[in-house]
Amino acid sequence: MKRRNVFGLTALSLLVICVHLLTAFTGTQYYLTQLTMAAYYGLVIIGLSALMGYAGQISIGHAGFFAIGGYLSAALTTRSLLLYKDTLPVRWLDALGLLRSSQDIFGGQLLTVSPWAACLCAVATAAVIALVIGIPVLKLKGHYLAMATLGFGTIIYRILLASSYFGEADGITEVPGFSLLPAMGVVGPIMVNGDSAHRVVNYYLAWGVLILGLGLLLNLIGSRIGRALRSLHGSEEAAEASGVDTARFKLQVFILSAVYAAIAGVLLTHYNGGIGPSEASVMKSVRYVALVAVGGMTNLWGTLIMGVSLTFLSLRGVFGTYDDAVFGAILIGVMLFAPEGILSLRLKQLTKGMFSGAQS
Amino acid sequence: MSLDLFFQYLFAGITYGAIYAVVAIGFNIIYNATGIINFAQGEFVMLGGMISISLLQFMPLGYAVAAAVLITMVIGGLIEIVFIRWLESPSVLRMIIITIGISILLRESALHIWGESIRSLPYFYGNEISTFSLGSVHISPQVLWVLVACSVMVVGLNVFFKGTPLGREMRACAANRTAALLCGINTRNMVTLSFMLSAGIGALAGCVMSPITYTQYDSGSALAIKGFTVAILGGLGNSMAAVTAGILLGIIEAFSVSVVPLAFQDAIAITILLIILFVKPHGLFGSSEAARLKDF
Amino acid sequence: MSFVPYDGGSMKKGIKRCLRGCAVGCLLPMLWVQAAQAGIIKVGAIFAVTGPASFLGGPEARSAEMVVEKINKAGGINGDTIKLIIKDSAGSSEKAVSFAKQLIEEEKVVAIIGPSTSGESMAVKKIAEAGKTVLISCAAAEVIVDPVASYVFKTPQKDSFAAQKIFEEMQRLKITTIAVAAGNDGFGKAGKAQLEKMAPDFGIKVAASETYDSKATDLSALVAKLKSDGSIQAVVNWSIVPAQAIIAKNMRQVGWNVPLFQSHGFGNIKYAEAAGAAAEGIIFPCGQLLVVDSLPDTDPQKALLLQYKAEYEARYKEEASAFGGYAYDAINMVAAAIKQGGNDREKVRDAVEGLTQFPGVGGIFSFTPQDHNGLDINSFAMLTVKDGKFILYQGQ
Repeated sequence: MKRRNVFGLTALSLLVICVHLLTAFTGTQYYLTQLTMAAYYGLVIIGLSALMGYAGQISIGHAGFFAIGGYLSAALTTRSLLLYKDTLPVRWLDALGLLRSSQDIFGGQLLTVSPWAACLCAVATAAVIALVIGIPVLKLKGHYLAMATLGFGTIIYRILLASSYFGEADGITEVPGFSLLPAMGVVGPIMVNGDSAHRVVNYYLAWGVLILGLGLLLNLIGSRIGRALRSLHGSEEAAEASGVDTARFKLQVFILSAVYAAIAGVLLTHYNGGIGPSEASVMKSVRYVALVAVGGMTNLWGTLIMGVSLTFLSLRGVFGTYDDAVFGAILIGVMLFAPEGILSLRLKQLTKGMFSGAQS
Repeated sequence: MSLDLFFQYLFAGITYGAIYAVVAIGFNIIYNATGIINFAQGEFVMLGGMISISLLQFMPLGYAVAAAVLITMVIGGLIEIVFIRWLESPSVLRMIIITIGISILLRESALHIWGESIRSLPYFYGNEISTFSLGSVHISPQVLWVLVACSVMVVGLNVFFKGTPLGREMRACAANRTAALLCGINTRNMVTLSFMLSAGIGALAGCVMSPITYTQYDSGSALAIKGFTVAILGGLGNSMAAVTAGILLGIIEAFSVSVVPLAFQDAIAITILLIILFVKPHGLFGSSEAARLKDF
Repeated sequence: MSFVPYDGGSMKKGIKRCLRGCAVGCLLPMLWVQAAQAGIIKVGAIFAVTGPASFLGGPEARSAEMVVEKINKAGGINGDTIKLIIKDSAGSSEKAVSFAKQLIEEEKVVAIIGPSTSGESMAVKKIAEAGKTVLISCAAAEVIVDPVASYVFKTPQKDSFAAQKIFEEMQRLKITTIAVAAGNDGFGKAGKAQLEKMAPDFGIKVAASETYDSKATDLSALVAKLKSDGSIQAVVNWSIVPAQAIIAKNMRQVGWNVPLFQSHGFGNIKYAEAAGAAAEGIIFPCGQLLVVDSLPDTDPQKALLLQYKAEYEARYKEEASAFGGYAYDAINMVAAAIKQGGNDREKVRDAVEGLTQFPGVGGIFSFTPQDHNGLDINSFAMLTVKDGKFILYQGQ
């Protein structure tokens, strides 16, 4: 890994610790709740940034992958299998030790898939769907690609909204938290759980996952694959002519970004204790695309900063009923004055650009 | 399925299709002039409806519609001048995102201007329950209005783009901007004009469909998605194809209701559409040669 | 040289003074804020003011705001002013979750009213319970208060009462086979489930049951499908979105004149206006608000309904709907509870649960530890549309 990246990741980790200490010192630990949520959305956004910025493929359906992860894991851990207890698949699962029984709020018996298995299953499903969808979809270009991914997102949204297994319009609630790692020595168990008792642990968990994901991507971009990817963004024909297997690279990045989205979906759903259909809506996908654009498509750090900070403010309801309007305005502003992302903004260039723009 | 029922589904499908087609045509105009998709097109449809409804208090229906179309055209032109005109050779992705931003801004402004409640224009002919009967099949007169508006737009645009100098200049600008510039065409004005034209067409669509679908501040985005789908399915840039594709999608949706629960209607329709797209990557009536000439 | 220590001293003194000034400057506003806050009681609100459920959240937020303003103008409650913190969730449950935590832990509100939709309410139910803060939901689904959670209440009438009202009317009309259509929002989902569950008890068969998109622009295909089943004698439509006016139009357009029943989600004159001539004869259960003029003067709700209608319509220049009433009742309950319990979550909860014979827009509320909705079936009247106006339904 390049030295610059190591430095950046270390700085980010230190910042995360500082923010925690600062909130602990000032008694404002409640900020960590939204910071945790924002970090998970950040994971979706950097994954999408790799796809859009480095592989040059737009996807207006990424909320679909987030929702596949979140919904599947939520459904598997809340929907009781007691009725099918004697069927073969359920007995196999039981034999493998993947089931757990618990009690629901009515006091009734529940037999559900254990959270760890459910999470893995959800992420794996998202990856497989990305593979199956990706092969034909990534052959399309430009607006046709945008349409196809938009269509994919809509199909997922519609299926979730129409099936009672996924709770229709209400979504799934009462999703249990679970221990990601058992207690080890002095360290207690790491619970993915939204209770205020687990707030600090979950904050570090979310940011840990995000930093890990970012590190992976930075590494990938610096590698031979990364150079191939960047050539894709420039000119696909030229890349192909130089012997780059464009189709395969595109597919791999597509699956990787889908997995990022699914992991974020799984963890956030267990953190929030539920998921609703708004997480799968087209507007959400558009928002992810826009956040990547605002951060600068080929700038992972930029997308990370913009993605996390704007999501954080939005989750705190800072803009009130103007949330979408402010977002739209930022979007237009950045695209007009700093198309390479907000981090590329230099005041001098800006004034110069406006001046020349006005002249011509 | 009895013949009556068959026709009832068919006409339901045509109703859906006419609405989708009339939105899709607007997408094609800007695409033809600039090679980009304007994601704020659905908001023009909403604005047309909203403005005409507000104006209806002061003037008769015909004038209100005409005024709404004109006002929306001005808004469309202003949007182009303020946000797009001064950009130097922007990339297509940048343009897509700018138009998404514009659509969000227009929608949120509409929420703060008109509130969240639903409104509608009165039926142009008859009222909510009057119908024409063709045998045992009933069809609302407003659907005929939408179809008429659709045909007038297609014919009018064909004549405009093929028959008038201005239309030809616009097409030249779409085919090759630099070459058009060298021929002495003011390409910037052409783009402004295309925004005005598509805003006007969107507004007209919004007016004729308002009695059927109602108008709400956020009705634009749902329509835009359907219109975009239809424009793509037909093959971008071809208005006639958009109408055919729109009615095809409408009929698929209507008949899908007879076999699967309505809740899955959209999922089924879009799945079929994606399959078509995989088989014919440039739409039903688009050609790959033509598509290769566009930069994106 | 002698100047140097002097200078240094003055500098040190200057810095000290500066620091002291700063400290005082910082402390003063803090003290002032604390002093001012002694008389402020915070109440949180989560409404879907924008987004797909805005036709619920909009009137709800406006009604709540209006009530709080009025209370504060009249000198507050026991001398304390109420500060209403409205959060716009845009109908998404992840935002509702974030806001609920924020209101409880950070703003330290004494109670929360809302959210507007049942999905959001279910998502924050556990958070309110864990945070020991009263939540008075403005969403319809019965699962919100069944099973009862000690801190969660709701103001809209129960779906099961609405369904019961409709089925009783059907029995009178000798209708035995019906079709159910519902919007794909939380309101439609809960109502559809309730209808399907209760129909057999009334000897009624649900021959077809369909869900449509809440943004549907035309439903003639659905109507064609339902009409093709000749056994269907009536249609019940359960939704809260504009599409409920569309289904009425489409039914009449194909000349299908079976009775159309709607849910209490139809209780907004805008929908009747939108459906125009097709709305005539629609039968639906609703709270008394829409027919307040035809109530007898002895009705315990009448004065309150008239007051709400007059205040809301004067202030916002739009007709009051049943939706705004949900929030109006919720904030009034919180105010009544604060009057008894002050700024104490525990006491406020007990006070809300102890409210009996509390007149509201939705009906007369009487909470018990087992019943956190507090309304009975008399909270509903059967209404119909005649000449574009809502009137009491008198049977046919």
